[in-house]
Amino acid sequence: MEFFVISLLNGVSYGLLLFMLSSGLTLIFSMMGVLNFAHAAFYMVGAYAAYALGLKIGFFPALILAPLLVGLLGALVERYGLRTVHRWGHVAELLFTFGLAYLIEELVKVVWGLASVPYRVPEVLDGPLFILYSTAFPKLRGFMMLVALLMLLAVYLMLKRTRIGLVIQAALTHPQAAEALGHNVPRVFMLVFGGGTALAGLAGVIGGVAFVTDPSMAASLGPIIFVVAVVGGMGSLAGAFLASLLIGIVQTFAIAVDWSLGGMLGVIGIVVNEQTPMYSLWKLQISQVAPVLPYLLLVLMLIFRPKGLLGTRAD
Amino acid sequence: MPGARSKLRYRPLNLARWLIWGLTALVMAVLPQLFTQGFALTLMSQMGVAIIFALSYNMLLGQSGMLSFGHAVYSGLGAYVAVHTLNLASKGQIWMPVSLLPLVGGLAGAFFGVLFGYVTTKRAGTTFAMITLGIGELVFSCSLMFPEFFGGEGGVTTNRVFGEPFLGITFGPSVQVYYLIALWCLLSMALMYAWSHTPLGRIANAVRDNPERAEFVGYDTQRVRWFTLIISAFFAGIAGALGMINFEIVTAENVSAARSGGVLLAAFIGGVGFFFGPIIGACVFIFFVVALSGYTQAWLLYLGLFFMLMVMFAPGGIASLVMMQVQLVARKRFGRIAPHYLGAGASGLLVLAALILTVEMTYKISVDSADGALMNLFGVEFDAAAAIPWAVAGGLWIAGGWLFNIARKRVARVWGEIQAEFVEGRT
Repeated sequence: MEFFVISLLNGVSYGLLLFMLSSGLTLIFSMMGVLNFAHAAFYMVGAYAAYALGLKIGFFPALILAPLLVGLLGALVERYGLRTVHRWGHVAELLFTFGLAYLIEELVKVVWGLASVPYRVPEVLDGPLFILYSTAFPKLRGFMMLVALLMLLAVYLMLKRTRIGLVIQAALTHPQAAEALGHNVPRVFMLVFGGGTALAGLAGVIGGVAFVTDPSMAASLGPIIFVVAVVGGMGSLAGAFLASLLIGIVQTFAIAVDWSLGGMLGVIGIVVNEQTPMYSLWKLQISQVAPVLPYLLLVLMLIFRPKGLLGTRAD
Repeated sequence: MPGARSKLRYRPLNLARWLIWGLTALVMAVLPQLFTQGFALTLMSQMGVAIIFALSYNMLLGQSGMLSFGHAVYSGLGAYVAVHTLNLASKGQIWMPVSLLPLVGGLAGAFFGVLFGYVTTKRAGTTFAMITLGIGELVFSCSLMFPEFFGGEGGVTTNRVFGEPFLGITFGPSVQVYYLIALWCLLSMALMYAWSHTPLGRIANAVRDNPERAEFVGYDTQRVRWFTLIISAFFAGIAGALGMINFEIVTAENVSAARSGGVLLAAFIGGVGFFFGPIIGACVFIFFVVALSGYTQAWLLYLGLFFMLMVMFAPGGIASLVMMQVQLVARKRFGRIAPHYLGAGASGLLVLAALILTVEMTYKISVDSADGALMNLFGVEFDAAAAIPWAVAGGLWIAGGWLFNIARKRVARVWGEIQAEFVEGRT
């Protein structure tokens, strides 16, 4: 029970972090049809920016300022990069963001080096939030969940309750009609791209302090958020939310379980040992398989339900 | 009347084609006699492998419109199967000469192409790109799960020299390996070029340009993509096995996303619109990887910047830029624009110098400053912490940027004038 509750809480908090990333990705994709390969790179920039700013102005001001900086960077990238490439079609846009991810990672390496930087938890958030049975649940994890939920609420309110949100929704489905009504759709695109990357930056501020801040953080998380976006259904925010939680929880549980296929066969009386053919497959523990699970889920999803959990289009 | 048609076939000898292929073969044969240093041989061997890999990638991207982010899966798994075959052969358990190993790698690649391709090619476009990414990550994560096959962190090592020498060839000296690679490279290039003229190659172009129409004509687009991917995976496997013979080691890096991204960069920089584009791209890419990485830690940054500039301003790659000039040369207008190119090139060099100076100084100060900030760039010794080099860099940025902007506008204007003359001449 203790293991279950703690793993669930950890899974949910990790899932919420994934959602902070995948929501921006999904927004950008459904709006502009651009799969932002550099999304995880903006996450990394958020972490590094918060680290660098935090040294001077402290963690909490950096929590606000770093995402804004990342958002500004994203908006500039959209305005002066992506918009130039747009006329050459989707493949060029995809390649542009792919190259951008490359470039950002290398820039980070040049400026901050190959090793991880000491981006530490502020004292207020250090230590356990509560102790369940005998396991402590860290404050930082709780803070992560709080920020993600607040962000979710803010995005929801902005999309549903504000004028700009209405324009965004209109431009989502009918960009030409929105433009004909006099709305500056390219500027909306820029705002959405900037906003989406700002969300990634916010996730980076939290994720960087919760995990490690090093130049490989983008490459390790990048593919996972693509999995989330596809499994949830391309362009569906609610789907991204569900898929984030699903993958967060599955991964957290999987790395803590040491069952194996051979062990299960042992329960029903079949002995598996080194002489058994394909022993390396039977002896695999679920915890060893954990890194593969999201991708397996992705492949299965694309075979059996290509439009994703809550998606509407399957192109 | 198939009989009557075959009699009426008009098929002149394509002299230019024979000339180009003959020259290519000649250059590949003569190069190691001119550049005999070990470094040049390594460079050329790697270029040969990269050329096959990039061309096989372009079968997907350029000729069938499939943007793959997991092409290293096929070359890497081909390399793994080949290295295990080689190890078995050197233990005497099976018969397999080293020179035929690329075929083993190719068949292994094609096998995985059949397997994974069936899943990935169900979709085209963005979804295809995502599934290939997923498959790539899947295989890469598997590499740590099955150390028996993938060799864990250290990879699988081998020794390509075993058994009795055949006609004095042991594949010990690297020049022999170079010729093996060159031979396979030439063969693969010819086969891939021939493939692009087969009915499958042609219909792959149709599926790239308009899948809906291709389907209405009666072709199953998924099957066309699948077959293309299998053939492409075959050649990727050949490249993987040759790379294995060259390095005598295969690690998980061979199936990694970095490798897949690398071949994408190479093919795109060269130009995916022309058959020979990826050949140029592979050579440029290997030059970046092998030559530049010896001089600077930030070589990937330069490569990434170069790629971004190509995506933004020359999406047809180097090949398209070359072909644009060929058009001018053929119509005797190149002389008019050449001085402007010279101006743009000179001012571009200023910007490049500014960039290199800024990047290297930043790197020196932020990462490499344990033993002081003294550094050496192009034979000039200076202190990266002092203000003067930064002022120089700033000055170069401003002057170079200003001059380049002027030169760029001039080139564009003259280019426009020449194009207008072409149009007038036509009407």
